[in-house]
Amino acid sequence: MTGGLIRGTELEPNGRCRRARVVPGTELVEAAGALLDQGMRLALVSGHDDGDGFRVVYLFTSGPPDTRVELHLAIDPAQPTMPTLSGISFPASRFEREIQDLFGIEPVGHPQPRRLVLHQHWPEGWFPLRRQSGTPPPMVKDAGAYPFVPVEGTGVYEIPVGPVHAGLIEPGHFRFWVMGETILRMKARLWFVHKGIERLFEGKDPDAGLELAERISGDTAVGHALAYCQAVEDAWSSEIPAGAMVLRGILLELERLYNHVADIGALCNDVGFGVAQAWALTLREHLLQLNARVTGHRLLRGGVVPGGARVRGVPSLGELAEISLRFEEMIGLITSSALVMERFTGTATLSQAQARDLGVVGVPGRASGLEFDARWAHPGVTLPTSFSPALRIQGDVRARFEVRVDEVRASLSLLGEFVQQAEALDAVAPAGQGKAGRPASGVGMAEAWRGVAVHRVELNDQGRLSRVKVVDPSFHNWPALPVSLADTIVPDFPLANKSFNLSYAGNDL
Amino acid sequence: MSGHPSVVAMTANSLLQVILVILGGPLLLGLMRKVRCRMEGRAGPPIRQPLLDLRKLARRERTRPEESSWIFPLAPVVLAATILVVAAIAPMLTTRPAFGWAADLFAVVFLFLLGSVFLALGALDTGTAFGGMGASRAMTIGALTEPALLVAILALSVPARTSNLPAIISQSLDHPAWLATPQRVLALVAFVIVIIAESGRLPVDNPATHLELTMIHEAMVLEYGGPDLALVKLAESMRLVVLFTLLANLFIPWGIAGAPGPSHLALSVVATAGKVAFLGIAMAAFEVTVAKLRLFRVPELLAGAFVLAVLAVVSALVVA
Repeated sequence: MTGGLIRGTELEPNGRCRRARVVPGTELVEAAGALLDQGMRLALVSGHDDGDGFRVVYLFTSGPPDTRVELHLAIDPAQPTMPTLSGISFPASRFEREIQDLFGIEPVGHPQPRRLVLHQHWPEGWFPLRRQSGTPPPMVKDAGAYPFVPVEGTGVYEIPVGPVHAGLIEPGHFRFWVMGETILRMKARLWFVHKGIERLFEGKDPDAGLELAERISGDTAVGHALAYCQAVEDAWSSEIPAGAMVLRGILLELERLYNHVADIGALCNDVGFGVAQAWALTLREHLLQLNARVTGHRLLRGGVVPGGARVRGVPSLGELAEISLRFEEMIGLITSSALVMERFTGTATLSQAQARDLGVVGVPGRASGLEFDARWAHPGVTLPTSFSPALRIQGDVRARFEVRVDEVRASLSLLGEFVQQAEALDAVAPAGQGKAGRPASGVGMAEAWRGVAVHRVELNDQGRLSRVKVVDPSFHNWPALPVSLADTIVPDFPLANKSFNLSYAGNDL
Repeated sequence: MSGHPSVVAMTANSLLQVILVILGGPLLLGLMRKVRCRMEGRAGPPIRQPLLDLRKLARRERTRPEESSWIFPLAPVVLAATILVVAAIAPMLTTRPAFGWAADLFAVVFLFLLGSVFLALGALDTGTAFGGMGASRAMTIGALTEPALLVAILALSVPARTSNLPAIISQSLDHPAWLATPQRVLALVAFVIVIIAESGRLPVDNPATHLELTMIHEAMVLEYGGPDLALVKLAESMRLVVLFTLLANLFIPWGIAGAPGPSHLALSVVATAGKVAFLGIAMAAFEVTVAKLRLFRVPELLAGAFVLAVLAVVSALVVA
C-alpha cells in the first residue's frame, strides 16, 4: 500500500496545498535534492509498516505560498533498506537513524549509522514501531557504555553532568571536554524519556488522539494540538469555521506569551539577576491565571479541538494593555543592566550558515538570521499585513533573548487584533463533517513557541488513526546547541542552554 | 584610657566575640536574604531560617564520598577553626582582645587563606569533576584576593607604623583625621571588593544558584552533607561577619570599646551589630542590582582591587 498513490513521475494532489508522488529508491536522492535546491525544507520523515511492506514518507515544505510536497518510498520487507539522504540534508540523516531504530530499515551508506533514539540496553533486532513487535522484550543488562568520542591531550579534562540535574528540569546527560575553562567539545546525550507516544496514537479515534497530542510536550499543548488538529482536518478534507481560526490564533499566541516571559526571566536568573526572574515569574503567574480563564486550564489544554476551537472567554484589550505595560517595565529593567547585556552578548554564537546546514527552526533559527516562521509560511490564521517574523542575525544569547522580546510584543499586538475579531466562543465544525470513509493522510504545521511543530496523520478505512508522526522543533534544534558552544566557557553553558531552551519530552517521543 | 583589663575580663571579651560571631553569622545571612527577597517583591524566609537550617543539617547522618581520605572530613573543621581563632583574637568588640598581640595583619590573612586552601583540598579529595572545577576556580580567585586584602590593610598600617590590628584601630580612634585621607578611601574600595570575592557574593559568585557548572564556591562543597555541610555553611557565614566587622572597625572605628568594663562592651556590641547589619543590608541591596560577571572578567575586577590597594600604600608612604 502506498497511500493510494500511483507510481509516477508527476506530483498528484494529496491534501491541503500538498502534492505527492511515489519514487523508486534509485531516484530518491535526485528527487529530494531537486526539492531542496528549490529552497524547500525537509519538515518530516515518517516510517510506516503497512503490514505487506514498509514505506517511508518524506515531507518537504516551503512558503509563502504554502507548498507541501511528499515523496513516498516503498520498501521491500524482505530486505528493509533505504537510500540515505544524509549527503544532502543533515536533518534527513537524523530522521533516518530514528527510522532505523524504530522500524529496522537500514539507511544504506549513512556516515553515522549508530543508534539515535534507543539507548544501548534496548535489545538488538527488536523494533518497537513494527506491527508485529508485540510486548517489549527484557532490556539488556550489560549493554556497555555509550561510545563517547574522547578528546585527549595534556590538560584536557572531562565533566559529566546529569542526566539528573539540580532544579526541576528534564533528564539529559551532557559530557564536556574542557581545557581550562574553554569547552573543546560537548556531547548531549538525550533520549531518556522515550514514551512510545506515536504508538499510543495508533488505533485511536482522531478525537481521542487530541489528549495525547496535548501531552507530547506539556508546555507546547496548543502548538502540538493545533498541528495535530490541522493534520486530522486535512485528512478529513474538512473546513473549519472562520471563527475557530481566530480563537486558535489567540490560544497559540497566549502559549507563546507565557513561555517566552518565563524564558526571559530564566535567562536573567542564570546570570544572577534574580530580580528580573522574580518579576517574570509574577507576570507568568498572571498569564497562567488568564489562560485558566480562557480555556479552564492553566496550560491552555482543551481549547483547540478537531474541527475548531472552544474557549470560555477571551482576554480584554485592557488586560492585554496591562500585560504589555508590565512586560515593557521588566524589559526596561533588564536592558538597562549593562552587566546582564554584557553576559548575553557574544555568548554561544550560532552562525547563519551553521543554522541553515543543521536545519534549525523557531527562536534559535530566527536569532541566526533564518526567517522561517510557520505562521507566515503555512498560515492557519489570516495575519495582519503588518506581521513579520522577529529576526536577528548575530546568533548569540542576546539575539535569542531579543527575538523572544520582539515575539512577545508581536504576540500582544496579534492578540489585540484577534480578540477584536473573535465572535463566538464555541466555533467547532459540526461533528462528522467531511470524515473520510477511505484511507487518508493529513499534514498539520503550527508555529509553536519554540518553533514549528509538524504532525502527519494517516487514517485507515474506518477513520481511525493508523499512524501519527510528530516532529517537535527541538528535534531539529538539539544538534545546534553543541555547535554553538565553540569558544564558550564552561560557566556560560547553562546560559547558552537556557537561551535555546529545548524540549526533552518533545524530542524523545 | 584607664588601666589594663584583667586576664579574666579579656578572656571573657574573646569568648563573647566568638559566641556573637557564631550566632551572628547565620542571622546576618538571614537578614541579607530577607532584604534581597523584599527588594525583589518576594516574602522571603524568616531571618532565623539559616539557624534552623544548621540545626536540621547537624542532625543528619554524616556521609562522605567513596575513595576520599582524611582530608575530606578535616577541611570543614580547619575552615571553621581558623575563622574562630580570628574571631577570638581580632579587635571585634574591643581594641584590647585577649591575645591581641597575635592579631597581626599577616597572621589574620594567613588564617583566612589556610581555611580556603583546606576547603579546596577537601574538594579535590572528593575526586569528582565538580570538586576539581570549583577548587581550581576558587584558587584562581583566592590567589588574587588574598594579596589585595593584605595590601589594603597594609595601607592602614603605614601611618600607624604597626601591622597589629588592635593597635591600628586604637590609633585611628586617636587620629580621626587619618580616616578621611585618600589612601583610606582607596583601601576601603579595595577591601570591599575583596570581601565580595572572598565571601562568594555577586557579582563574583552566585550563592543562590543551582547550576553546578557556574559555581565557584558551591562546587567545592557539593559533596558535603549533614554536620559537615552545617560546619561549612556556619564557617562561611562567620567569615562574612568577621570581614564585615574588620571593615567597620578599620574604617569607621567609633563605637568599639577602647576601655575595659561591661558598659563599654555593651555599647560596643550594639554599635558593632548595627554596623555589620548596615553593611549586610547594603551588600544585599547592591546584589539585587547586579548580575554575575563572566568568569574571565572576575580577575579583571580583582586586579583592579589590587591596584587600588597598591595605590593606597603608595599614597600612604608619600604622605608619611
